[in-house]
Parts: sequence; structure tokens; C-alpha cells
Amino acid sequence: MQRQTNEPFFWVLFSGGGVVAAFFIPVHLFLFGFAIPLGWVAPPKYDALIALLQHPIARVYLFVLCSVPLFHWAHRFRYTLYDGLQIKHLNALIFSLCYGGAVVGTVVAGYLLWKI
Amino acid sequence: MSSKQAGGVPYTEFHPRWHRTRVSTFWWLGRWPYLKFILRELSSISVAYFVVLTLFQIGALVRGPQAYARWEQALRSPLLILLNFIAFAFVMFHTITWFNLTPKAMPLRVGGKKLPDALIAAPNYILWFLVSGIIAWLVLRT
Repeated sequence: MQRQTNEPFFWVLFSGGGVVAAFFIPVHLFLFGFAIPLGWVAPPKYDALIALLQHPIARVYLFVLCSVPLFHWAHRFRYTLYDGLQIKHLNALIFSLCYGGAVVGTVVAGYLLWKI
Repeated sequence: MSSKQAGGVPYTEFHPRWHRTRVSTFWWLGRWPYLKFILRELSSISVAYFVVLTLFQIGALVRGPQAYARWEQALRSPLLILLNFIAFAFVMFHTITWFNLTPKAMPLRVGGKKLPDALIAAPNYILWFLVSGIIAWLVLRT
């Protein structure tokens, strides 16, 4: 008999987050991380950004953008710690910290986007 | 009890010691494929960093125009810009390695012939350029 595990569930979150991160994070990080701060492009006005965030699709998009990649991080970082540092004996602790962090991030994202 | 087990293997009272050579913690520094693997895995830290940055940005937007102006000012610090450059490099590494995995995860055959890897990965890049362009346009148009 094969043991039942939750691994497929976490793997789906991992790969889903990997797709979202691959497609969407580079342009955001490029614009807000240095293109706008360094003045390469004109910064968007506060009112324009708020108007953009009033739209439900923008909020759902930002929620997904913040939430699923965190589960991608949790999965990858967990295994990086296992394999890279060979600390498999701290399994339970690392698992709680990684996925706990992802859940906290998801809740914060939901709360902030709800408040706008 | 006989001193020999079935199969002719001599019985020993104690469990044999495993022969395992200790693998160094820095095993991944030795060869480029290993280092590439670890760098790819570490790109996840940049992904998490980006999410934290974005949550702070949304938080500043929620708190009002003054708070957002302070946030914009904070982002102009050379340290954050340097950090964002590094994070961007790692995220790009993630994007490229992720897209290039598609042919391995989903090999396609047309008329019994395997499609070249580049042809399967290409739609990812095209879609990525389109999506990035649309987002940049939405954010920057005023």
C-alpha cells in the first residue's frame, strides 16, 4: 500500500506559484523596484494607482500575485534547506515556518486588498 | 541457533556499520549544474522578497497619499535599489529556467516527430512579453 501524503497538494501550489512568479513578477519588480525610483519612466500618480486598484480584477490579480508565489517559495525554500544545508531533522520546524509564512502573507494580502 | 542464516550469509550479532562518506554542506559549489540548481532554488527567496515589498506598497497605498509619497521616497534609497536589482536578476533566472522546463515537462509530438525544445518554450516567452507589456501600460498610462 502506498502511503497517503499531502505532497501532491503542496506541489500543485508550488508549480502554480512558479507560473505566476515567472510571468508576472519580473515586470513588477523592474518597474517599481528600480525603473520608477531611478526616474527611467514617469512615476504613476497616487490617484491613478488607487483608481486601478478600485477595479475588482486588479484586486483579485494582486491577491493571486501575492499569495500563490509565497507557497512556491515555501516549497522551494523548504527543500533548499533540506538539501543545501542537510538539516532534514528540523523537518517539522522548517515546514511550519515556511508554510506559516505563506499563510500569514496571504491573510495580510487579503486584508489589505479588502480595505482599499 | 545456528551461526549461519539461510542463504549462507554469516549471522552477526550487531548491525553492520554503514559505509557513508560525509557529504560537505557546500557540495553544490563544486560543479556548475549543482550551483545552477541551488541558485534556481534560491530564486524563491527573491520571489518572497518581492511579495513582502508589494504588500508594503499596497499598505502604503491604503494608508493614503502622504504614506505613499514616503514609500516612494524610501524606494529611492541606493540600498533598496541594489537589493531590487539582485532580486530582479534571480527572478529572471527563475522565469527563464521555468519556461525552459516546459519541453521537459510536456514534450509534444507532431506527426510522430518530437518538436524541438525551443519551439515548445517559445509560446511562454511570447505570452510573457505580451503580459508584461499590458501590465506596464496599465501602470504607467496617465
